[in-house]
This record gives sequence, structure tokens and C-alpha cells, in this order.
Amino acid sequence: MIYPIPSGTRDVLPDETREVRAITDTLRRVFERHGYGEVYTPALEYEAVLARADMAEARPAYRVFDESGAVLVLRSDMTVPIARVIATRYASSEPPLRFCYFAHCYRGVRPQRGQPRELLQAGIELVGSPAPQGTAEALTVLCHALDATGLKDYRIGLGDASLFPALMASLEVPVALRPGLLEALVLRDFVGLEQLLAESGLAREAAELLLEVPQRRGGPDVLSDRVDSINEAVTGLRGVHELLEGVVAERVIFDLGLVRNIGYYTGAVFDVYDPALGAPIGGGGRYDDLLGRFGRKLPAVGFALGIDRLHIALAGEERGTGALLASTAGDAPGRDGGGLLTGGQTA
Amino acid sequence: MSEANGLTIAVPRGALFSATVDMLAGLGMDTEELRSNDRKLLFEDIGVITMRPSDVPTYVEAGAADVGITGKDVLLEQGGRASDHGEGERDVYELLDLGYGRCRMVLASKAGPDPAHEALRRLGVMRVATKYPRIAARHLEETGRQAEIVEVKGSVELAPLTGMVEAIVDLTATGTTLKENNLVVREELMVCTARLIANPVAHKLKAARIDELLERLRGLSAAAGKP
Repeated sequence: MIYPIPSGTRDVLPDETREVRAITDTLRRVFERHGYGEVYTPALEYEAVLARADMAEARPAYRVFDESGAVLVLRSDMTVPIARVIATRYASSEPPLRFCYFAHCYRGVRPQRGQPRELLQAGIELVGSPAPQGTAEALTVLCHALDATGLKDYRIGLGDASLFPALMASLEVPVALRPGLLEALVLRDFVGLEQLLAESGLAREAAELLLEVPQRRGGPDVLSDRVDSINEAVTGLRGVHELLEGVVAERVIFDLGLVRNIGYYTGAVFDVYDPALGAPIGGGGRYDDLLGRFGRKLPAVGFALGIDRLHIALAGEERGTGALLASTAGDAPGRDGGGLLTGGQTA
Repeated sequence: MSEANGLTIAVPRGALFSATVDMLAGLGMDTEELRSNDRKLLFEDIGVITMRPSDVPTYVEAGAADVGITGKDVLLEQGGRASDHGEGERDVYELLDLGYGRCRMVLASKAGPDPAHEALRRLGVMRVATKYPRIAARHLEETGRQAEIVEVKGSVELAPLTGMVEAIVDLTATGTTLKENNLVVREELMVCTARLIANPVAHKLKAARIDELLERLRGLSAAAGKP
């Protein structure tokens, strides 16, 4: 008899657990070394409390009633619970506050897509440290942590969630059109964006700018071309870049089209890419308004890494294969065996 | 140029195949073997993998190909709007309307008095056969009609002729097959063309190569007098 478990969940057996543990132990050491203390929070929270954050697409997917009829949810991330912890348990502590976590989060899934319902996330939250210093610190911790796991070829895509809305505002795009344009960008649909702009009746230069700016991505030179309306966001990104040490700065790809469909992000946002995986390993950003919704107005920044994805990327790099590496697998040089996973057994 | 910039391209077999191969040849790729060998799937020396069109977004999303070509019908059926069910969309970039493979997504029913109309009036629900259940359901929902969607895998035209359904939603290029089966177009849902899509990680890590490909494809379709 086979007793099933829900799709998108899985049992983790000793060989895998050993490798996962090696990764999380390494990350924890780096987080602790940078002053981030580990916290646990309950997997179940009151729906009404988490709803104070505008989670948009990432809102909790699973609800249960407790014995008194209150609605509980399984948390969908750790950022909102930690915001709650800080507002309630550290209401008068002197900022900045630094926390890290290793926790399972729960997400709704699309059918037959191999998506996890339960995912292990590792991350940090830095509260009370504004841009650009706080952002630079989070990026630095991120790179030090990934370096410590032995991940070699990763890059950080860095953008600003306020950039496209600011661009629309300064080009005086009619308010009614803005959500549609932003949705096309969130859906990564540049063809749809172009069509909407063509039908919008906007001046040609404005339409061209709205289509072209979010496709800019690359080295610091993408920040150099002056567009007045996005000056604030671009200056902010440049400010972060100037604060980064060399080994961190060289990992950064500026991406002026990076947007989030989670509502609480306010400024810089970033994703972690590795050529061994077709999807981001993790990401983060600034959420300067979120703490205020829980009663303690403090600027904040954080990131979360998907441990399973990081594990796949590490394994892929180690083998010299993986999603986007396939075309170069033939001539990839033998990788030095200093990785975390070298103890892994081969069948 | 032996391959497209070192990018792996997912190429759809089927209706879009020959126009796609012509386009790749226009980029200077050696497409000789691609044209002549229809059993081979992986053409490593030119960085091409071939598959059915509906599989292209799957391979591109996973990063098995950096970019791919597929129909807008496929993207709409597998994707959707952000507001649909939270995260309905495929996680790929849609970068360029390639202009070819132009088809209409239509709702059709048997010639004569519209049987769908009759069914809605008397039974309160119309039955619709389609290979595109999400597109059909979305369209009928948006137009305020109750419908029972019947998913079929091939020859949708058969379904209304046997009385199994009152209408179909299907893709048509010329309308010939509909006409031969005594079906008439009642509504046009959308026009679909071939699209260039990209993996979101490749879009960042191979930005220069993808942008260069994009520029050259824009040049090609401008030269071809895209509608």
C-alpha cells in the first residue's frame, strides 16, 4: 500500500538532509557572523494579523479555523511574521535590528507544474537601516552567504520597485492606464506592453521610454543614460552600488524592469540568478512601509533564499550541467571539488 | 553564424515550423539538417531543439532553452492574467510579435439558427468543445454566459456535428475546415501570431545576446513588411 502525501510536499531522507544541513549550517554561520540572530515564529498565524501586510499574489493560501472560530493561516513568507515580532516584541528596542531565519513557508500551487506547496526558506531581515546603507549590507550578507556555500556563477539582478510607477507618473500617463501597464510588466509581457502603449494615445517619446527603460539591464552603464523621471530611483541604485565592496559589486546586474507582485516592496528589489537553474534562487528588497503597518515605523530590507533551489544550483554547478549550462556542458572545465556537497553519494 | 549567438532556441514543429526555420535561415543559421531530418529533436551544433508548440513554454520556463518560438494561443492557454488565480502565468518573457502564423481564435457553431443561442435560452447553459479550455472558459465568463467546457484533443469540428456540443472554440487560419464541416464563425476572440519568448534567468544572464537576437529579428520582420 502506498500512502500519498499532498502534491508539492515531500519527505526528505538522510542523504538529502545531510546536504541540506550542510547548506543551512553554512548560511547560518555567515548570518550569525554578520550579527543576525536566528528566530523561530509559529507556522500558524491569525489571518487578520498577516493581512495587515499587502501581500498581493503571495498572500497565504491555506486557512483553518481554531477552536474558537478564529481564522488561522499557514504563513506564506517570513518577512511579515518578523515585522510582527519586531513591532510587538521589540517595540522600544534601539534600531537597527538584525534577524535571520530558516523556516518552512506555504504557497498555493498551479496544478502539474512541480511547484512546492511547502518550501524551506533561509533569509535575513535588517530593520531600522535605511537605503542605501541597509540595502548594501543586505546584498553583502547575501553574497558572503552564497560564496560560503561554494556557489560560483551566481549574479544578483538589482532594480527598484518604484522605478516604473515613477516613470509613469512623471510622463503623466493617465491614472486609469497605469495598472494595466504595470500588470503587463509584472507578467513579463513586452508585446502586450507595446500594444497597450500603442493604443494609449501617449506621445511617441513617452511610449518609447516606457517600453525601452524596463528592458534596460546590464552593468553600471545602464544607470548612466540620463532619464530625468527615474533619476531618484537610479540615483538610489547608484548609491547602493558605490557602497558595495568589489567582490559584491561585480555580481550585480542592474535591471530597470525588475518588478514585484508582492505589494509591500517600496524601493530596491533584487533576485539571485544562477546559470544552473532556470528560475531565481531567491530574492528580496526594501519594504520601508511594512513595519509601520504593525505600529513601528522603521525602514527595512531583507532577502529569502529557496534552499531547494540553492541545492539544485549547487549540484548543477558541481556537475557542470544544469538548465542554462546545457549548451556549454561539453567544454566546461572540471570544477574543483571544494563544494559543500562533495560528500554526496553517487549511485 | 552557426548558431544564434550561443543561445539555445526551442523551435515548434507543426504549423509554425517552416516559417520559423525560414526566419532562422534569415539570421544566417545553417538550417539544412533541421529541414531535412524531421525525426531528430536536438540539433546541438546550431543550438536548436524541436518540440510541439505547446511544449515550448515548458522548456523555456525550465531553462532547457534560453528562448523559444510559439503561438500566442499557446501562451494564452497556459498563461492568463495576474488577476486570474494569483499566479496563472507562465514565468517567461514575451519579447516580440514575430508576425507570422496569423490565426484567429473563434467561436463557431453549425450553420443556420445558432444552436448555442437556443441552448442558452432554453437550457441556461451552452456546451462548448475546445482544445483551449482556459481561453474558452475565460471568454464565456467575460461575456456573461454559462458554459460547459468539453476538452477534446483533436478534430474539434466533429463535436458539434455529432450533437455532443452546440459550439466550438478553435484556432482557424483560413476557415476552410470550418466551412467544409458546415460550421460558421459566430465570434472572433482574438488574433494569434508567433511570439518570441525567453527564460527569465537567461534574459538577465545572457542579456546582450538576447537583445542582439531581438534587434536582428526586428530587422528581419521590418524587411518582410510585417502587417
